[in-house]
Amino acid sequence: MIQPYARQLRACGLLVVIVLITQAQAQAQPGSRLWATGGVTTVEGSAGGGLVPWALLSGYASDTEWGGTLALSRAELDDFTLGFTGVSLNWRNRFELSAGRQTLDLDTLGAALGQDELRQDIYGLKVRLTGDVLYGRYGQWSLGLQHKRNREFAVPAAVGARHDTGTDAFLAGSKLFFAALMNRNVLANVTLRGTKANQGGLLGFGGDQGDDYEAMLEASLGIFLDRRWLAGVEYRQKPDNLGFAEEHDWYDLFLVWLPDRRLAVTAAWVNLGDIAGLSDQRGAYLSLQGSF
Amino acid sequence: MSNLTILERPWPLLLLLTLATLGCQNHSPSPTETRATAEQNASAGAGLATADQSADLYDALGKRDGIERLVEDLMHFIVDDKRIAPQFKGLNVERFHSNLSDQICELAGGPCQYEGMAMTESHHGITETQFNALVEDLILAMEKNGIATGTQNRLLAKLAPLHPAIVDR
Repeated sequence: MIQPYARQLRACGLLVVIVLITQAQAQAQPGSRLWATGGVTTVEGSAGGGLVPWALLSGYASDTEWGGTLALSRAELDDFTLGFTGVSLNWRNRFELSAGRQTLDLDTLGAALGQDELRQDIYGLKVRLTGDVLYGRYGQWSLGLQHKRNREFAVPAAVGARHDTGTDAFLAGSKLFFAALMNRNVLANVTLRGTKANQGGLLGFGGDQGDDYEAMLEASLGIFLDRRWLAGVEYRQKPDNLGFAEEHDWYDLFLVWLPDRRLAVTAAWVNLGDIAGLSDQRGAYLSLQGSF
Repeated sequence: MSNLTILERPWPLLLLLTLATLGCQNHSPSPTETRATAEQNASAGAGLATADQSADLYDALGKRDGIERLVEDLMHFIVDDKRIAPQFKGLNVERFHSNLSDQICELAGGPCQYEGMAMTESHHGITETQFNALVEDLILAMEKNGIATGTQNRLLAKLAPLHPAIVDR
């Protein structure tokens, strides 16, 4: 009983910090890159959309600046609740460091499994290799790592997961096409990820049906209605290493509102498919991000 | 398990197709297509009185007058912008105004010719930060002049290719 309250308290605390940051810097802007060119915070902490990391680096630091983000996200699915709380730093739009905690509340399965939630810590590094999302002829390309560590491994082990830690590596390309569709700017992103993670790592890494790195394709497409509103769609291919239940690819439709650089609010409809045998896990996603 | 056909889950294919289509569009833009989609229902703000379905970018920006007003507002934003104001210190304000107006007018397809220095000549040691700051100021100036989002994007599309000539690598 104690734990959920403690987490709510932490979440509220972070919310207060996000609001304070955006207020305290009433005049100072968090960086010089143009609106939304840092994307938002994904459920794994890297800058991107909701489910897919993009080549964009978090926040708004340009080549002579540094900055970062704080984020709080939650997806209320049919039988689970997915949450993420994290922080990121961006140094000169070259390196992005991120750290955060992901939780999956086992709303329906909890009693049967004798466990309320699954948690993992995720540490991320992203390096912009070349290009610029706005001005690069071939867009912007980045290489990323996400090191994930399960905090509870009993359930993943019981369903056949082989490891309680894993590291994903990804190559991402992002490009903005000016006035591409009805004179609106279109943001396209493709990500190739090498991973062993089951359900993003929440159900451990590797399994009875496979324990090798597999290449997964992820993609996002968004359109800027104006500079404050970005609407889009994401797709994330996933491996299927556990024999006890089928794992599905992830999808989402998202809408981001950026009243200014310091705050981003993301609402989405997410479809995470079957999770641990419970079918069609869909729901609403909400994420708040403050930039400094 | 084996019933995951592409027909049941067509999103990845659709996304890739859309991406491919966009990529092609970008490489071979058709002028007629661009004109056809030009601001059909642009909320006509200041300087947009002449914008209609067939209006080109020059008209949408309010012709020479609109462009000159835009550049004047841009210069006000620049002066107030600590990130780039020092770079413009000591500049001949009138010549800068007329040169930049010429340049935007020409890029927008208007009856002007830019006769100032080449971009590589007039810019030295410009950082990405400063370039971004200038684009931000331009967007704010366009918003101040009531230029519709689609028109803003079309002008940015014309200006973006200047980036490599302006920013130091």
